[in-house]
Amino acid sequence: MANRDRPQTEAPGEPFMNVHGAPPSGVVRHEHPTVDAALARAWLRQMLLIREFELRCMQAYQDKKIGGFCHVYIGQEAVAVGCVAAVEATDPIVTAYRDHGHALARGMEARHCMAEMFGRAGGCAKGKGGSMHMFDRAHNLFGGHGIVGAQVPLGVGLAFGTKYLDEVVNGGRSSRVTLAFLGDGALNQGSVHEAMNLAGLFDLPIVFVCENNGYSMGTAIARGTTMGHNISAKAAAYGYEGLVIDGMDVLTVYAEMKAIVERVRSTCRPVFVDMRTYRYKGHSMSDPRKYRTREEEEQYEMDDPIGAIKGHLEARGMTEEEFKALQRDVRTEVRGAMEWSESSPAPPVADLYRDVYIERWGTYTGSSQPEMLGGAENAPQFQAFDPKADLL
Amino acid sequence: MTAVAAREIEFRDALREAMSEEMRRDTRVMLLGEEVAQYNGAYKVSRGMLDEFGPRRVIDTPISESGFAGMAIGAAMLGLRPIVEFMSWSFSLVAADQILNNAPKMLYMSGGQFGCPIVFRGNDGAGGQLGSTHSWSVEGLYSNVPGLTMAIPSNPYDAKGLMKTAIRCDDPVFFLESERLLGMKGEVPEEEYLIPFGQARVARRGDDCTIVAFGRPVHLALEAAEALAKEGVSCEVLDMRTIRPLDAGSIVSSVRRTGACVVVDQSWSFGSPGSEVASLVHRECFDDLDNHVHRVHSADVPTPYAHALEQEYLPNPRRICEAVRSCLYRA
Ligand SMILES: Cc1ncc(C[n+]2csc(CCOP(=O)(O)OP(=O)(O)O)c2C)c(N)n1
Ligand SMILES: [Mg+2]
Repeated sequence: MANRDRPQTEAPGEPFMNVHGAPPSGVVRHEHPTVDAALARAWLRQMLLIREFELRCMQAYQDKKIGGFCHVYIGQEAVAVGCVAAVEATDPIVTAYRDHGHALARGMEARHCMAEMFGRAGGCAKGKGGSMHMFDRAHNLFGGHGIVGAQVPLGVGLAFGTKYLDEVVNGGRSSRVTLAFLGDGALNQGSVHEAMNLAGLFDLPIVFVCENNGYSMGTAIARGTTMGHNISAKAAAYGYEGLVIDGMDVLTVYAEMKAIVERVRSTCRPVFVDMRTYRYKGHSMSDPRKYRTREEEEQYEMDDPIGAIKGHLEARGMTEEEFKALQRDVRTEVRGAMEWSESSPAPPVADLYRDVYIERWGTYTGSSQPEMLGGAENAPQFQAFDPKADLL
Repeated sequence: MTAVAAREIEFRDALREAMSEEMRRDTRVMLLGEEVAQYNGAYKVSRGMLDEFGPRRVIDTPISESGFAGMAIGAAMLGLRPIVEFMSWSFSLVAADQILNNAPKMLYMSGGQFGCPIVFRGNDGAGGQLGSTHSWSVEGLYSNVPGLTMAIPSNPYDAKGLMKTAIRCDDPVFFLESERLLGMKGEVPEEEYLIPFGQARVARRGDDCTIVAFGRPVHLALEAAEALAKEGVSCEVLDMRTIRPLDAGSIVSSVRRTGACVVVDQSWSFGSPGSEVASLVHRECFDDLDNHVHRVHSADVPTPYAHALEQEYLPNPRRICEAVRSCLYRA
């Protein structure tokens, strides 16, 4: 295990050579984790898929096929892939707007993710959500969310909810762990701290994964966050563990997260993780990255998470030809996703008024239209409660 | 019909009966909020519920409206049915992002995948000399948002029936209670009943003018109607019960008959349920009206503390009478 020293530059006015500052002791990279080679190769493929997907997104954004805000995950792939691998498919996940990586790692098909960004009917949210709102009920992905920090109380609610369902409704033991992802900038939101307090107070099975890429838009962490060099210390104030993980190495992320998740599963005590990572591209599509130096970017690029797992697999016998085959494979998949999304129809205009309400008091066409008249004949019929059918 | 001795209970007891009955029926339902459990509720609405349901289902939260509202929304996404008590709707403002961005939009922005069956409830409205920050009537502010439903009972019977519907509703419900009314007694039958959303109640029949009102102002409208009757003016008072959905049909058919409409809404006038009703009536009853819709709202100022000022600020029977007379060209 190599201790990764990242010296902090302190001189005022000097560019941050290393945005994270010196890591607290204990940030380790696992050099010889005992992970099945096939599994590791699957993670490499997922990471390649995310990167290819994001590169194609950037292109599609330039081509005006994607609108609104679009935040790509390039550089952070090891975090979503390693974390998702460390939990069960039934464990809920919720994240912020930089969410394509989580969706793909969770198993959402690339075409449903891309079609959502294209605003097509075939998108995961039928074109109603866009880049920031990847929802996938079948894969227990409770969304990408656009308001910084707002997904964190939701994550605490998912943890509260699974525990309540397991223990109160079904009379068993709490069995699921929620992963709530947040950015380092989100750590400065009040709702996040309220949520962290509640999680500690109520003994909730949740891991807060703070994807610390060193920046919230153009604000380097040291400029916006007290204790920016050691944010995991904040967990102590809420009475639980705070850990630092090298988020540029998927094997380390997996190994550390696996241990954390199983601990949380059995103790129902939350854990906060300072997941050290870096986004290689701008905050969103319109960011010229004037607030940081090329040197800093290069330093982190040498630490490329895809390079790290590739190197690991090469040491275990993967040939360059096999790597190229994986690259070709994901390129084909993403190209297919683009083509599929292009051919997916725009949502029908009638969908504008769909999914505003579940219960209907007549056809919903907006407030106080005559169609919304009350009356016994429009009263909703209540179904008997069937936990197996209703509950996740 | 068998003559059963009418049972009278307080508004707060009606609310509690509704919550308790639904919690007995469905373990997915739980109550959480500040002081709801050990303290028995800041306004004693949840009195005794901790004893019956225990701390797993009647949950004291810290003063973290954004945190616990968001937490409950997350739980609702899983299919649970939380009831969130805000000590006052005034305090919901610090949770505005959660209750306005997350709860009512989740279904839509997830393309129909995740709903949010949740009830937010608490005291709404001025009248207790609580000053500007504690006296919110959130009807105008929140009813603007599609995806939520809003109920505003005026009496114990409706409070119980609407609350039971709210808890069974698959969409987020903003349930506005009035501290002024919590001690009000009224007939509530022992048998179970639900009151559907979007169905107004005719609180008083009349022929000359329709008064449309929401929540506590229904009582002010009834007082005004009583006074006006002595002048020979016959008012019909509609208690709307819900703001979203709005029972447009009951308003329209009443106004077509009376030819005059006054709306009483305790929120501010600019962009409010009152302005929505006026627009509706002007659109649907244009040819039936002898005058434009007259509106009685809280004065367009922050809520004052002094008793006399606060009473003048609120819709009151005098202002309602003036509006009706003016509408009928009797001023
Ligand atoms: C409440 C709120 N304020 C501001 C914004 C605009 N905004 C979007 S992302 C962002 C930076 C967040 O940074 P961080 O949490 O570190 O996440 P990252 O983008 O690095 O993944 C800001 C300021 C927002 N979406 N929500
Ligand atoms: Mg960041």
